[in-house]
Amino acid sequence: MAEMETAAEFRQNRMAAKYGMWFFLYTELLFFGAMFLLYSVYRYRFPLDFHAGAKEENLYTGSINTLVLLTSSMTLAMAVSAIKRGQQKVSERLQMLTMALGVVFLAIKYYEWHWKIAKGLYPNSPVLLKLPKGEILYFGLYYALTGLHALHLIVGIVVVGFMLRYTRKGVINRENTARLENAGLYWHFVDIVWIYLFPLFYLVTK
Amino acid sequence: MTPAHESAAAAGQASYLENPPGRRGVFASWMLSTDHKRIGVMYLMALLSFFWVGVSLGLAMRLNMLHPGALMQAQTYDELFTVHGIVQLFLVIIPGVPVAFGNFFLPIMIGARDVAFPRLNRLSWWVYLTGAGIVVLSLFISGHPPDTGWTFYAPYSIRTPTNVSLAVAGVFVLGFSSILTGLNFVTTIHTMRGPGMTWLRLPLFVWTLYATGWVQMLATPVLAITLLFIIMGRVLGIGFFDPSRGGDPIMYEHLFWTYSHPAVYIMILPAMGIISEVIPTFARKAIFGYKAVVFASLAIAGVGYWVWGHHMFTSGMSNTARVAFSLLTFFVAIPSGVKVFNWVATLYKGSIRLDAPMWWAVSFIFLFSIGGLSGLIQGALAPNLDLHGTYWIVAHIHYIVFGGVGTALFAGLHYWFPKMFGRMYRERPAKLGWLIFFIGFNLLYFPMFVMGAEGMPRRWFDYSAQYHTGQMISVAGSWVLALGLLIIFGNLILALFRGEAAPENPWGGTTLEWHTPSPPPARNFPGEIPVIKHVSYKAGGNG
Repeated sequence: MAEMETAAEFRQNRMAAKYGMWFFLYTELLFFGAMFLLYSVYRYRFPLDFHAGAKEENLYTGSINTLVLLTSSMTLAMAVSAIKRGQQKVSERLQMLTMALGVVFLAIKYYEWHWKIAKGLYPNSPVLLKLPKGEILYFGLYYALTGLHALHLIVGIVVVGFMLRYTRKGVINRENTARLENAGLYWHFVDIVWIYLFPLFYLVTK
Repeated sequence: MTPAHESAAAAGQASYLENPPGRRGVFASWMLSTDHKRIGVMYLMALLSFFWVGVSLGLAMRLNMLHPGALMQAQTYDELFTVHGIVQLFLVIIPGVPVAFGNFFLPIMIGARDVAFPRLNRLSWWVYLTGAGIVVLSLFISGHPPDTGWTFYAPYSIRTPTNVSLAVAGVFVLGFSSILTGLNFVTTIHTMRGPGMTWLRLPLFVWTLYATGWVQMLATPVLAITLLFIIMGRVLGIGFFDPSRGGDPIMYEHLFWTYSHPAVYIMILPAMGIISEVIPTFARKAIFGYKAVVFASLAIAGVGYWVWGHHMFTSGMSNTARVAFSLLTFFVAIPSGVKVFNWVATLYKGSIRLDAPMWWAVSFIFLFSIGGLSGLIQGALAPNLDLHGTYWIVAHIHYIVFGGVGTALFAGLHYWFPKMFGRMYRERPAKLGWLIFFIGFNLLYFPMFVMGAEGMPRRWFDYSAQYHTGQMISVAGSWVLALGLLIIFGNLILALFRGEAAPENPWGGTTLEWHTPSPPPARNFPGEIPVIKHVSYKAGGNG
């Protein structure tokens, strides 16, 4: 319908967008929740194997990645407050910085996977299948959880890319920030998942 | 199109069934439509088509029991019951009432022009079609259709050479459609209610959609990730449920039923919602205990989330867990009982009109009660050990899902058909079809309770001589039921083309959908949205 939306409809739509986003995050929480459940059950069953498996993790790259992702959440939050003050250019730059930090995270993650795979530690590999059962599970969980997390981050980078486009076109502006705020909520959620993944995989042994 | 039509269309007065003026052809105009009514009708057509696929597979399974081995091999039988389950549950009954009737009537009933996210709604529909397409592909692509049973139990589902990965991927995609629909409906009910439509004035069908939406959002993601693990197990060799790699198949069962038990409430709650609409209308009386029915819906959704363990009493669980799950299972029966009580109490001293929808609603109460009470028997620990994995379970699930949700779907179909398509069907064949269906249904499934109690295992392709009589009655029943279905569908399809024009309010309903023409205009109401002054179900409605 090519009708102008009234002020009441505008408010209604904005509220709906917020509700919708929060509900979506609930579903994401349960999606990852089931994985965390498996982690806790299997770690309870094989505490020593999990301990041994976690020795493979590199605390330095893991810590740097945590820092990178937390900073990206900050820059995106700053992008939201910038657009609310009407500073379009600043907001655009901060969104670009957020995307760049996301890419840095993925690059570091790529090397972490790469080092493990070079050692023959990947699902179904002959090296892995000779290890104790708990370690097989540990690396299975590592790849599944960090893989799905990275997939979410890739989606996040694409989403912020669209937000950048909307900001440039002026669709996202001082009065209309709902889309950018929702993208931010999603980004922070992906960030929070990492906050839990970091200790569960990197700090088990340290 | 005449000029009069065009101006009517421009003003949003034309029926939603008429193609809006523009470049698009009829097919594209429907597929690209964001109108919740069109999406609902498309879903309905898809569901009913898949329903017949499932019915045909079920008939073939019964046919095997005439003379096991004469018609098909055991492997074929395994594939039949698996695909029958996948189609009827994931393609028909779980999306079922919400996507068809919920889409069509939710916005109208709350006095809105559309759902909160119309484009997301269209996306759900496309995602549903994609998922359904993948499931269908798993049947015809090289290799065999899945043979795991609809539950995809590990570790067999990880090892079988049949097309499990594809079927599971299809169900995974369907899950997203379900999540998006639930999210859309809950947001719609929160933010789009029309003037005067406070929470406790909402029609009961809307309340059940609300509770269902929450269950869809909270349970389906767990299924999604669990199915993803099955695919990872098959493709990447990640053995979360494979004992040879440290995994635990019981964890699969827990995660699967964490979704699939609440899924029963995704199916039954909106079905109960339809019954709560039909009974007051045909009893000419406000529903008895409106608030009790509302809270019963929410309680079913809330408690239903915590009873999944009763599917696993024989799988290996601590006694404490078994007692807790059994007790919670009894608790969930209370709100269901409250609803049955309220429906019956609504009939008391009502001025009852026995049109076709009412016959379906009354038979719902009968069949659902049998299904529900048999559920209590198997939910108790001691009998469960005996009944688990027998025909008793098959009878129970069909009394709930087909006798409950299925008859409610037919109740809704006969109740809202005039509104959706603007045509009346013929009353006598509708009632005849109902009667034959009802007799056939009980002939088909009741003997399964008896055979199950005597020990006939489910999913077996052959049986010993003692079950012969029961099996024969059941096979005959399947034919009677199919005949009933043919009459019902024939009658409705005929009405689609030749039925008389339906009036605005053929049954004397009081909710908002009866205050707009049949079929409704594209913008749902011809003029302003009616202002709601009191709770639904008052005589004379809110017009």
